Amino acid sequence: MRRTSGRLLRGLTLLSVLALGATACGGSDDDSSGQKAVSATDIQAALKKGGTVNVWAWEPTLKTVAADFQKKYPKVKINLVSERSGDKHYTALSNAISAGKGVPDVAQVEYFALSQYSLTKGLSDLAPYGADKLAAKYTPGPWNAVSEGDKVYGLPMDSGPMAMFYNKKVFDKYKIAVPTTWDEYVDAARKLHKADPKVYIANDAGDAGFTTSMLWQAGSRPYKVDGTKVTVNFEDAGAKKYTDTWQKLIDEKLVSPINGWTDDWYKGLGDGTIATLTTGAWMPANFVSGVPNASGDWRAAPMPQWTKGDKASAENGGSSLALPALGKNKELAYAFVEYANSGDGVQTRIKQGAFPATKAELQSTEFQNTKFDYFGGQEANKIFAESAANVASDWSYLPFQQYANSIFNDTVGKAYISGTKLAAGLKSWQDASIKYGNEQGFTVSK
Amino acid sequence: MTTLQPPAGVARRPDRPPKRDRRSWTGWGFIGPFAVVFAFVFLAPIAYSIYLSLFRDKLIGGTSFVGLDNYKQALQDDQFWSSLERVSLFLLIQVPIMLGIALLVALALDSGRLYGRNFFRISIFLPYAVPAVVATLMWGFMYGTRFGLVGDINSAFDVTLPDPLSADLVLASIGNIVTWEFVGYNMLIFYSALRVIPNSLYEAAEIDGAGQIRIISAIKLPAIRGALVIATIFSIIGSFQLFNEPSILRPLARNAITTDYTPNYYTYSLSFNGQQHNYSAAVAIIMGLITMVIAYVVQLRGMRKGA
Repeated sequence: MRRTSGRLLRGLTLLSVLALGATACGGSDDDSSGQKAVSATDIQAALKKGGTVNVWAWEPTLKTVAADFQKKYPKVKINLVSERSGDKHYTALSNAISAGKGVPDVAQVEYFALSQYSLTKGLSDLAPYGADKLAAKYTPGPWNAVSEGDKVYGLPMDSGPMAMFYNKKVFDKYKIAVPTTWDEYVDAARKLHKADPKVYIANDAGDAGFTTSMLWQAGSRPYKVDGTKVTVNFEDAGAKKYTDTWQKLIDEKLVSPINGWTDDWYKGLGDGTIATLTTGAWMPANFVSGVPNASGDWRAAPMPQWTKGDKASAENGGSSLALPALGKNKELAYAFVEYANSGDGVQTRIKQGAFPATKAELQSTEFQNTKFDYFGGQEANKIFAESAANVASDWSYLPFQQYANSIFNDTVGKAYISGTKLAAGLKSWQDASIKYGNEQGFTVSK
Repeated sequence: MTTLQPPAGVARRPDRPPKRDRRSWTGWGFIGPFAVVFAFVFLAPIAYSIYLSLFRDKLIGGTSFVGLDNYKQALQDDQFWSSLERVSLFLLIQVPIMLGIALLVALALDSGRLYGRNFFRISIFLPYAVPAVVATLMWGFMYGTRFGLVGDINSAFDVTLPDPLSADLVLASIGNIVTWEFVGYNMLIFYSALRVIPNSLYEAAEIDGAGQIRIISAIKLPAIRGALVIATIFSIIGSFQLFNEPSILRPLARNAITTDYTPNYYTYSLSFNGQQHNYSAAVAIIMGLITMVIAYVVQLRGMRKGA
């Protein structure tokens, strides 16, 4: 009995060790530094030879771009995986990178998440492929987000200079002026809600992307990143401006506690119970597809200001296409990224409602004079383009922003459902971010 | 055992040693397929988790061996302990309610006085056949104050019901979902235990003039003690492993249900949002040990009284 069970134990141990071995040897030992330059002829040769490029991206207009690209280069097959977005996308990408298996050749990475991947050598430097020469093509905000010194970790796909969308019908009905400053915004919120208790100036149930963009516009610079030295501080003057004002809206229950991208939200945007939406210029396409019944009701306006007469703006959202270091067929992958974000693909994508990050397109009269039927024929791109030009470029996100955003509702979220103040919520977000950063090997301080 | 055996001449069963050897090999042959699967899907993952929990993988600095540091950190981790507190509270309140209802229903079914017994039994059991994910989604829609049943009641009768998804009530709301899901399952365990009680006991009780209450307390409950203990242990494990309900309700109550709401949800967040697989493994192992200890204590106590 004892002998056999001993043998069995040994057998089981062996099995476990084998299983361990199988799972453990997927580690990544690729190092993408010290690449040789890849000439345009190399890329052309690769395109002639052909191959498959696996792309993980949810940006809807890429479908057409991929089809056009395959038509142009019949030997190249673009395998577009677009089911995942946001958190799920990054979870899958991070898991694939740490497993060293199933890594896509091209991945959509939002600007806020780029540095997390570039810092951990998860992305290839695109400068050797010639991406560094494209700097002048893009607006400064997105280019700052994708480049780090002389390295380029992705090509900007779109951008999200912010604007305030407002339901003109609602404002007209109650004869309330469209706010141009945040103080006027609070007044308008009070008047609207008083006129009809079902109407709220905006929805906000705690959204990390929105809050950081608001801080950005208010002149707060909570994150400072210098290599692995990071500071997180939500106690500057800009943050105080934001929390003082927004606290009023929360305390007086003037914002509707609805999360974005939910059925409730689309319903509120459609029936006039959400009167404004301050977000990125990529929103119009979503209005058209998500809130078709309110066509003609909405207009775009510049973002309200902290000081009357200012033109400060910020970015909200926006993504790049990047090449994960462990991906294959690099030349083809780069050729596709360049085609989509710098070449012919840009026009295709703009026609379908994407908001470009390229200067030429933003400044073209054709783009600026586009009339939006949804906005009652308004030439909204003029507002967006002006906003893009006024985005302060010294903002940076954390190199672990993805994690920080995931705990936003644990910390700042408390301000929306209890007596916790917004400023206190930001403080605990700050503490939790500092703790995590230090655990991850960064030197993070206040 | 074998080495200390007396000389073969005086052995009482001289043919035993070789036979025993052969017999045990045949036995292993039978459980072999199971043992292989068991090793791969049960032992190997545990071994791998333990292995993982001894390292730390940082975004900056890579992976390093840290010994038991992750365990030390977990034992001092307020987020972990507060999530454990939350599921313990859940356990103390929800499990007695659920098992109480299940027991009542089982006794009612068994009493033979219920009209339409089969229909009653199947309809109580039916929620268990609904996958937890679907059940939670369904309840989530009912709980909604703007779009759901609660919202409809509010606008139809012009009242303001408390919001089931608010921070104060969401744990109770989850308890309600879990109770709805598992009453039928526990009822079935109790009911089948009740069915095997020999009729002669009831006849004897009747002759002695015992009433229904007396029959329940003197015959039925003692007879199904084993089933009660088993159901309690399953429920304890279930409570400690609470994950589906909070994670599916979270999009509806993002601020009330935090990413460290239950121990399992916390390990999930650590691993998938924070890429802290190693620390997450340590927390999971500690949680597994705590669950095992508590389940074992309950089993020991329950069985000792029963003996």
